[in-house]
Amino acid sequence: MDILTLFVVIPVLTITGIVLIKDIRQVRLVAAVGMGIQLLLAAILIFLYFSARHAGNTAEMLFVRDIVWFKSFNIHYAVGVDGISVAMIGLTAIVVFAGIFASWEMEFLTKEFFISLILLATGVFGFFISIDLFTMFLFYELAVIPMYLLIGIWGSGPKEYSAMKLTLMLMGASALLLVGILGIYFNSAPGGGQLTFNILEISKIKIPLSAQYIFFPLTFVGFGVLGALFPFHTWSPDGHSSAPTAVSMLHAGVLMKLGGYGAFRVAIFLMPEAARELSWIFIILTTISVIYGAFGAIAQKDLKYINAYSSVSHCGLVLFAILMMNKTAINGAIIQMISHGLMTALFFALIGMLYGRTHTRMINEMGGLMKVIPFLSVCYVIAGLASLGLPGLSGFVAEMIIFVGAFQHPDLFHRIATIIAVTSIVITAVYILRVIAILLLGPTTNENYYHFTDAKWFEKISAVALISLVAFIGLAPLLLSKMIGSSLQPIINKILAFNLF
Amino acid sequence: MMRNELLLTIAVLLILMAEIFRDTAKKRSINRFSIVLFIIITIIGFLPLRSGSLFGGMYEISDARSVMKNILNIGSLLVLIQSVTWLNKEENSEKISEYYVLLISTLIGMNFMISAGHFLMFYLGLELATIPIAALAAYDRYSNKSAEAGIKLILISALSSGVLLYGLSMIYGTTGTFYFNEIGKLFVNDNLQILGFIFFFAGMAFKISIVPFHLWTADVYEGAPVNITSYLSVISKGAAIFIFIIVLFTVFPVIISSWQKIIYVTAVLTMTIGNLFAVRQQNLKRFLAFSSISQAGYILLGIIGGNQLGMASVIYYILVYIFSNLAVFGVVAAISNAKSKENIDEYNGLYQTNPGLSLVMLLGLFSLAGIPPFAGFFGKFFLFTSAAQKGFYILVLIAVLNTIISLYYYLIVVKAMFINKSEAPIEKFRSDFSTRLALGICVAGIVIMGFASIIFEVIKNVSFGV
Repeated sequence: MDILTLFVVIPVLTITGIVLIKDIRQVRLVAAVGMGIQLLLAAILIFLYFSARHAGNTAEMLFVRDIVWFKSFNIHYAVGVDGISVAMIGLTAIVVFAGIFASWEMEFLTKEFFISLILLATGVFGFFISIDLFTMFLFYELAVIPMYLLIGIWGSGPKEYSAMKLTLMLMGASALLLVGILGIYFNSAPGGGQLTFNILEISKIKIPLSAQYIFFPLTFVGFGVLGALFPFHTWSPDGHSSAPTAVSMLHAGVLMKLGGYGAFRVAIFLMPEAARELSWIFIILTTISVIYGAFGAIAQKDLKYINAYSSVSHCGLVLFAILMMNKTAINGAIIQMISHGLMTALFFALIGMLYGRTHTRMINEMGGLMKVIPFLSVCYVIAGLASLGLPGLSGFVAEMIIFVGAFQHPDLFHRIATIIAVTSIVITAVYILRVIAILLLGPTTNENYYHFTDAKWFEKISAVALISLVAFIGLAPLLLSKMIGSSLQPIINKILAFNLF
Repeated sequence: MMRNELLLTIAVLLILMAEIFRDTAKKRSINRFSIVLFIIITIIGFLPLRSGSLFGGMYEISDARSVMKNILNIGSLLVLIQSVTWLNKEENSEKISEYYVLLISTLIGMNFMISAGHFLMFYLGLELATIPIAALAAYDRYSNKSAEAGIKLILISALSSGVLLYGLSMIYGTTGTFYFNEIGKLFVNDNLQILGFIFFFAGMAFKISIVPFHLWTADVYEGAPVNITSYLSVISKGAAIFIFIIVLFTVFPVIISSWQKIIYVTAVLTMTIGNLFAVRQQNLKRFLAFSSISQAGYILLGIIGGNQLGMASVIYYILVYIFSNLAVFGVVAAISNAKSKENIDEYNGLYQTNPGLSLVMLLGLFSLAGIPPFAGFFGKFFLFTSAAQKGFYILVLIAVLNTIISLYYYLIVVKAMFINKSEAPIEKFRSDFSTRLALGICVAGIVIMGFASIIFEVIKNVSFGV
């Protein structure tokens, strides 16, 4: 068994373990151990990746494994990773791990909760290791469907409505995606020969332009919905705010990254010519996403809604940067995905912990929490500062690189779009600082708050794990960007090949 | 070469003899006897069989047709196992063997129909496959609804047979023959021939319940006993689709562009109307009736291309559909037999009391909706791929959007079972061995089918295109 397949096998084994266990209280332990092993495995993978690259292995994808699945359609179970997928796998592992601890006190249908949660994680891991469009699509849907049960059963507020909306919108996106994938498949051998779903093989040929113009928008929007592309972002605020803590973390932290990663890996990488021609439409849409999300966050009073809209804004920035189609911006986009994944998972974890104490998420009903629960409050401030792009934390690095990359385009359209998008930083500062001021600072208004206990051990594990990574990326971004950069080169070459003629 | 038909006939005779010689008190042992008999037949069906034709070409057997017959055998076996609980009820103890005799007779009819090389043989099989089912639909003799279902089914069958025969007479009038392979050569795209084809299509559309010929479906499904409904929606429909695809591919390849247009329109209508009507249903049997109409619409996507992949996908999908739909019907039947509850809102809170049945239902519904990693996902993906191979991208897009609608109403049932709270949920009960065995086989099928790609490859090797 190769190391990449283990990323799917271990969650499946963990689920089997959970199913077999009789004692409800041990369920979370098994889940934590399983995902701990997964995290360790991710660390080993990062190490192996670096040593393979160091040893001079310049193949586009490493640890490739290819097994024929359905011969008639040339469907393979094909896995492989480059620096970008390794980074995303690392992110997923850490967020899932933190998510298990954030839902440590889950009481209702515990077993089913952890099974669904880990099933979701299986889908996400599988998606990032796949290099075959069919397997990728399979894992994508596998990641989406447990969300319905997770939000519908364990959620809060209008959970049934939100769960249904989210599931249908994301599955609707996958409908577009399916047609896009089939279009790519049937154009993957323009000169005759064997059709293929393999991304690497398709990237070697040029899909006919007439086909690209049809299937690029389908694929891009298909993935874009998951990345909260305006106007298809409406599932995100409702879904996030109704979801239980760990699910919000996983969803905003990881699942939305499937959108950015897929848009980049499939839509832009395989159909760069159409991407270049049509990018202006999507640049306008993503610019709206960025600004609209930020303004939306200002208007909200519910902490989860604020973060959901902030996610729309930040994920919009990811798609925005990908559409700039140059090395710097895409590098920034991937760092932004990692950074936003960590930071937003941290946010949702903290909101869950605050809610567990105050039983409200309305900011105007809370106040002065800094005095009573300093640990959580400080964590919240750090998450906020990372979100508004304070130097030294990951958000700054990502946004900086994105805007530098975007501004490299000499033409007026790209520059104006960039300038508009940059203003989101200021707007972000407004809502973040406002929340911190109302929520944490000021006098403690409510008598009951004096009885609060600060973070428990499992809450600390969750928060510290995420914060240390946010700070690590902020302070030493080169390590990450080196990992991404070397993998980005072949992709950039393919995208830019168009410019030569 | 007629092995399957002969074996089934012998089985019918043996069951009739058992009915005569068995004491009235021990009638229930016929259940076990018939099922063991049927298991043996199903297993023998997998032994290799020589291809060829009999009766001067009226009866044909090939690898593709044997695979189809085997699939129907598996499905019927599951239905039989699921019915045992229901047959063991007090009110049915008098007529157990009738059930098996009638059901196996219809299966003989389907086998002849699938093996037809001549339209008369085809028609003979079709009638044998339909009339006993009408008797079965009226099996529950004290229920008005059951009687209504029976009479509706027989009238509709008669009507559709009439339409079909009218079409066949036109084809005979213009070609002078009823042999499949000769008609295929003599077809010249004449207007009268196309009209004949349209009548033939309409007749088959009644059987497969393609919109706009679907109106009988919901009433019959609701009125008939659940186990008969599941047989109707899975096996009858599957057999009709099998022969439909054989006839289209071997008799009418010349007018492919005409039938592609017809199928295009009916596929869109069938999917969309089936799905939209399913959304509003409260009774689970009606709900599944409309869901099965829409599934027929997806299956048309495999037929429309006229390609080998399409035929393979259709056969594969029918197999997948047998497992998925019988899983759902099995749960509905178990609950209907034990608690006589059939409405969606009566399923509220089912997971709290009967987690096992709820999970089976969840798997079955997800498989019907095409959620990975269950078999339905692979089946749908292949159907859509085979349509896309011939460039029907817009049709594929409509179909995938339709799967989203279907996902909505399948999730309504999931929501009832898992999310909704109920003051008086269906009490916990333990279903008996036969129900659990049948559901277990269905679940195994749903989970394994997708990963075991060998099944698809075997089916593909026996399939053919236009």
